[in-house]
This record gives sequence, C-alpha cells and structure tokens, in this order.
Amino acid sequence: MKILEVRDLSVYFDNTAALENVSFDVEREDSLAIIGPNGAGKTVLFRALLGTVPYQGEIKWAGDARIGYVPQRLTIERALPLTVQEFLNTKLHILRANPSEVKSLLEIVRLQPAILKRPLAKISSGQLQRALIVFALIGNPNVLLFDEPTASVDPSSEEQIYETLHNLEDQRHLTTLIISHDLSLVYRYANKVLCLSGKQLCFGVPQETLSTETLNKLYGAPRKYYEHHHEHGHNHVHN
Amino acid sequence: MSTTTNMAIITFITNNPYYVLLALSTAVAAGILGAFAVMRRMALASDPISHIALPGLGLALLLKINPLIGAAATLLVGALLIWSFEKRTGIATETLIGVVFSLALAIGSIVTSGEELIDALLGNYSNVSPTEFFVGIAVVIAIIAFLLAKRQELTLAILSPDLAETSGVATDRLNLYFLLAFVATVLLGLRFVGVLLMGSLVIIPAAVAKNLARSMRGMITIGAAVAVASVLAGLAGAIYLHLPTGPAIVTVAAAIFILSLLKKQRD
Repeated sequence: MKILEVRDLSVYFDNTAALENVSFDVEREDSLAIIGPNGAGKTVLFRALLGTVPYQGEIKWAGDARIGYVPQRLTIERALPLTVQEFLNTKLHILRANPSEVKSLLEIVRLQPAILKRPLAKISSGQLQRALIVFALIGNPNVLLFDEPTASVDPSSEEQIYETLHNLEDQRHLTTLIISHDLSLVYRYANKVLCLSGKQLCFGVPQETLSTETLNKLYGAPRKYYEHHHEHGHNHVHN
Repeated sequence: MSTTTNMAIITFITNNPYYVLLALSTAVAAGILGAFAVMRRMALASDPISHIALPGLGLALLLKINPLIGAAATLLVGALLIWSFEKRTGIATETLIGVVFSLALAIGSIVTSGEELIDALLGNYSNVSPTEFFVGIAVVIAIIAFLLAKRQELTLAILSPDLAETSGVATDRLNLYFLLAFVATVLLGLRFVGVLLMGSLVIIPAAVAKNLARSMRGMITIGAAVAVASVLAGLAGAIYLHLPTGPAIVTVAAAIFILSLLKKQRD
C-alpha cells in the first residue's frame, strides 16, 4: 500500500530548476535511499515533500502519514541557553504528546537522561544528531525523513546511528526516506533507491538499479564509494 | 540618596501612578519579547523598527490627533511591509529593516518640530490618562499572553523553520504575530523611552539574560526582571537628575549588561 506518490515534481528557484520531473512511489515500510552528488536537489526534494518550498507537480501523502524529519544539521548559536529538554518540549507541547515518551526514545538512541539539562548548543555533534532523532520520533510518526543523518558525526557514531535507524524501522514499522552519500549504506539498508542529479536518473531496487553505467552517469566518473567530508568542505572519491 | 530625592520620587509615583505602572508593565513585555528577538537575531533590527514610529508621531502632531495613534499607524504599516518583504524575497529581516526603515527617522525628524521631537526621540514624563492606562495594560497583557502561550512554537520556528513547519507550526502567521507584538511593545514604550532608544529596552535586558541564563525559561525571566529594574532605577535617576527618561533607563540597562559580561567571563 502506497504511503507517498510523487508525480512530475519540479522545483524552481529564480527560474532555475533545482529539481525537474521527478516521479516515484513509496510503499509502507519501504526504506528509500536518495543518492546523488552535491547540488543534485536531494534536500530540495525533502523540502518539497515537507511542504516548505513551492513546487510544481503532485505530492500525495497517505491520509494517515505522520512525518518525522531529521535535518542534516542544526545551526545553533553557541551562547543560546536552550536546553535539550526545552528543545524536545517544543514538539511535545505542539503535538500535545506524552512527555514520558522522551525517556524511552532516549534509550533507543542511547542517550543518558542527564543530557536533557545540558544546553543544546554545547552537546557533541553525535549527541545532537541523536537528539534530533528523538525530536523526530516524538508524536509516534510512521514516516521518517533523514537528510544525511551521519554527515556531521564521527565514524564510530555513524555506524551506531545507522543501526539505531535500522532497528527503529523494524520495531516501529516505519517508512524511511534517507538522503545519503554512502553507497554501502544503500546496499545494506535500503530496499529502494532514487538517483537524483537535478532530474531523476534511476528509481528501483538497488541491486537491480545501480549499474556501473548509472553510477557513472550520476557522479560523472567511475566509482565505488562516494564519501562526504564536511569538516574539509570537499568530497572524496574512492575507486 | 537624600530624603529630598526620595520625596521627589515618591511624589512622582503618587502623582503619576498610571505612568509608573504602565512603564513597569511595558518593561515586562519588552523583557520577554527581547528574549525571542535576540534569539531571532533581531538585535540590530529593533532600533530601526522603533524609528518607524517617528513619522507617524510627527504627522499626528501636525494634524492635532493623539500622537500614539499616528505612531501605531506607521508601525503597523511598517510591520506588514517587513513581513511581506521577508516572505516574498527571503532577505533577512535585519537587512530589510536596516535598509528601508532607517529612512523613517529622517522623514520623522523633518515633520516633527522642536521640543516635541526631543520628547518623541528620548521619552518624557507626559501624563497617562486612565483610558490610555487601561488600553495600555490590555495590550501588555495580550503581548505577554501571546509570547508565553506561543513560546514553544516561537522557539522552534527560530531554531529551525523546517522543523517547526513539519511539527505543524504555521511559521508565516507566527512571524507576523511576533512582528505585531514587537511593534505593539515599541508603541507602548515610546512615551517612556522614546523612539531612539525603545529598541534598546527590548534588546539590552535580553542580552543580559543571554549572558546569565542557563535555559530559555531563565532567559525570559531574567530578561523581564532586568527590564523592570532598568525602568525603575532609570525613572528614579531621571527624576533625581532632571534628565529625559529614555537615556536614564537605557544607561541603567547598559550598566547591568556590562556587569553581566563580568559574570559571563568568570563562567
């Protein structure tokens, strides 16, 4: 049963296409990976799905879709005295969700309750990413959108975060849409893949869809892995 | 402080209870509002916003109507312009306000004359009528109620508009209401602090709170307390030294800010 249908989706900024003619479906409990080089329109696609940018075409969510969103990063001024608890309270309050939910969510992402009293701006990037996952899970969503969930965390946290996400999908019967640069993740966790490069280059089961030819077309050079190193501000290609 | 000074201050409070109560209530609203304005990085924008009131004040004086009505009209138009520009162009509020509305100060100075201009710019002791007092208090209550009831939505929208939207917050509407609360607070404070310095009563207490607070709740509480203390001590100082009220209030706030820097450095 479909939870999302996208038809001929295009997004334009100042008459320049950020995304053109994208069409795909997502079934319930699918794990869809969205891949593509920088500037391919992956985050723009998410923002269109979330309804935060104007778009052309059709985006149809199922009536019972409850969406949780984990952004790539959150830019927080270091001096901002907002605690993790206060950050989570915003969504608990808005959705009138049960505050006791937070305790079990912290356990799922392996965060200690003591972190709730710390300022959001002063926790590590790995802890922040987990706090964002807790935030996304408040209100018991059945769809999760992750924009490069491990882009700003160290490699040891990265593996744990993916394990957590995978367990969540199983335990909570979630549908997940994940933007990623990591092709090994796509093969391990996703049952569908969408390749973007301003327009749609592929959509389907990863093992069948991701041919060498498609990947060359997508990234413009022969490759196996495409890693994104934010701290250096550039990308590395490993053949 | 000498007995004479104490008497002068007590006499002022006894003779002008509406003025003092409205000034203190406005300070509470300004302190709470400031916490969100500082988070929203509107520190530099708040001054020009208060300047928008000046042409309205000047025109109202020319037309011999209540100056606050003129100020309210231009502030409202200004807020709607800022909101619609921001929504359409995506340019930061600060830039828009800085570019477009500093002009208001120039126009206002041309249409407002002599002593009235000084009063409008720096605040004064003019009498508050019972009607003005009750309307003012009602507006203060509305501003505080809005800020406290919507503090979760405001905090989230400031932190990440995307997260706010996906959590069900209508950020466009919330931004408009926040700007309206901002201009209403500025309007309330014009009499006491003046067009030039009202922005400072919003921002300085919140800047102190940011230095001292360890939570958002703390920031709101400290912001309101510092604003009230600044107005109270500033009014007393102004009466004692025969100064315009605005500069006295803002000087007290700035002194508290400097003290808060010392505490921040120690942390």
